[in-house]
Amino acid sequence: MDALLLTVVQGILLGGLYCLFALGLSLMYGVMRLTNTAQGDFILLGSFTAIAAIAGLKWAVPDSVYLPLLLSPLLLLVAFGFGFVLQRQVLNKVLGKDPLPSLVVTFGLSIVIQNLLLEIFSADPRSIDSLGLNTASVTLPGGMALGVLPLFILSLALSATYGLQWLFNHSALGRSFRAVSDDLEIAQLMGLNAKRVYAYATGIAFMLITVAGVLQAMRTTVSPSDGPMLLLFAFESVIIGGMGSFWGTLIGALLLGITQQIGFRFDPGWGIWFGHIVFLLLLVVRPQGLFPKTVG
Amino acid sequence: MSALLQTHGLTAFYGDAQALFGIDFSINQGELVAIIGANGAGKSTFMKAVTGLVRTRAQQIEWNGQPIGGMPPADIVKLGIALVPEGRRLFPSLSVEENLLMGECAGRTGRWNLNRVYELFPILNEKRWQPSTSLSGGQQQMVAIGRALMSNPLLLLCDELSLGLAPIVIKEIYSALPRICAEGMTAIIVEQDVSKAREVSSRLYCFQEGTVPLHGASSALTAEQISQAYFGMPDKPAGAGAV
Repeated sequence: MDALLLTVVQGILLGGLYCLFALGLSLMYGVMRLTNTAQGDFILLGSFTAIAAIAGLKWAVPDSVYLPLLLSPLLLLVAFGFGFVLQRQVLNKVLGKDPLPSLVVTFGLSIVIQNLLLEIFSADPRSIDSLGLNTASVTLPGGMALGVLPLFILSLALSATYGLQWLFNHSALGRSFRAVSDDLEIAQLMGLNAKRVYAYATGIAFMLITVAGVLQAMRTTVSPSDGPMLLLFAFESVIIGGMGSFWGTLIGALLLGITQQIGFRFDPGWGIWFGHIVFLLLLVVRPQGLFPKTVG
Repeated sequence: MSALLQTHGLTAFYGDAQALFGIDFSINQGELVAIIGANGAGKSTFMKAVTGLVRTRAQQIEWNGQPIGGMPPADIVKLGIALVPEGRRLFPSLSVEENLLMGECAGRTGRWNLNRVYELFPILNEKRWQPSTSLSGGQQQMVAIGRALMSNPLLLLCDELSLGLAPIVIKEIYSALPRICAEGMTAIIVEQDVSKAREVSSRLYCFQEGTVPLHGASSALTAEQISQAYFGMPDKPAGAGAV
């Protein structure tokens, strides 16, 4: 019984990370029906940007242990700007009724980023020093020990989901997100600059992507070829949850995490495969996902 | 007096199919002009061309003497042209009030705001937090009108306000029109119901297959003239072809 409970809890904690992988994808699809096939590689771009920035800071100020923490707000700002400009200069030009051009472009970006990272950082796995956070744990009254970093990641995932859903439902920006998603033609008729709205959405998505990238590198190691695997987890989370609902994405990610953990318990080689099987089964039984919001 | 909006030989296409064949139209400040015509006559296409949803040549549409044809819709609404689209086209995932607030995106200020719209249509105030999809057709039409008014337009275009609505609801919607136009609003309404169109408008354009075979003061046009322009040539045998 305890073993099962522990597996589920570990799965939920893993799911928190997958949720952060997936939220950006969910946001971009929800607002502009763009499937970002470079999601995983952008997550890694976030990881490696942080790794390079921390290395640079350590070189400039050698005894700065806690200084890297100050990088986080700056990194988020850069991520937003990167997403904003990427959308305005590249992705807006390929959006349209036909989903193929944007798929091809993001697929191309994925290959470019992967090779760029390989060129600069080599294929060595790297990680971000979490100052012992990744080995720290808290022991619950029942005797169950939980990692501090995974708990932190889960709480970030919950806050990000809540924050994003709040932004979507209660802010003027969220209103424009929903309006362009509902009816692009009428939204433009109202005077909304859809391309600008898209750029904001992508900017926010890239902030989430960067958070995911940094946490992934803190939790484990990252190497330039990890992207497609990360994309797959993000993808499965979004599809299981149903397109366009952030709470759905969170639930999808948690289910995927739990499923993988259960698989891992049977055999260390089964976890990821187990996740795929459950994902495929769900596609057969409920192709629209558990909580679909977005139509078409 | 120079016209607020004028079109010169306006043509419009959907791909290879031509929908408008040289429409000459003009409306002055403060006028209420009606456009009538059968399905496929080009009424909605005309409205879409004026609001930028259908591409046209720049010189074919003039706003206060300036060419605006082919401008993006988001820029045209900022000039003060608002459309109540055919079939209402509310944003389904937005509440009633959120739909109305979308009108503010045009960034125009003036006499219309949330309170004024709720005064005009009190029922919307009661349902302000409801999803727009939960409203009846007539109430949805009120939201669509309110949303257009929220952009404080100088020219209001109403495309088939009565489409799919019960006669009593149509009456209610139209009863708001004088109050909307009271303070010098200029309006173009597209209406399938000829008698309704004649009753509310000062001038009438009759569209037929992308042309304007008839226009004039609503009171001066006879029923025969209108039906002739509406249906083509009733005194010729069927199949003889329209003008």
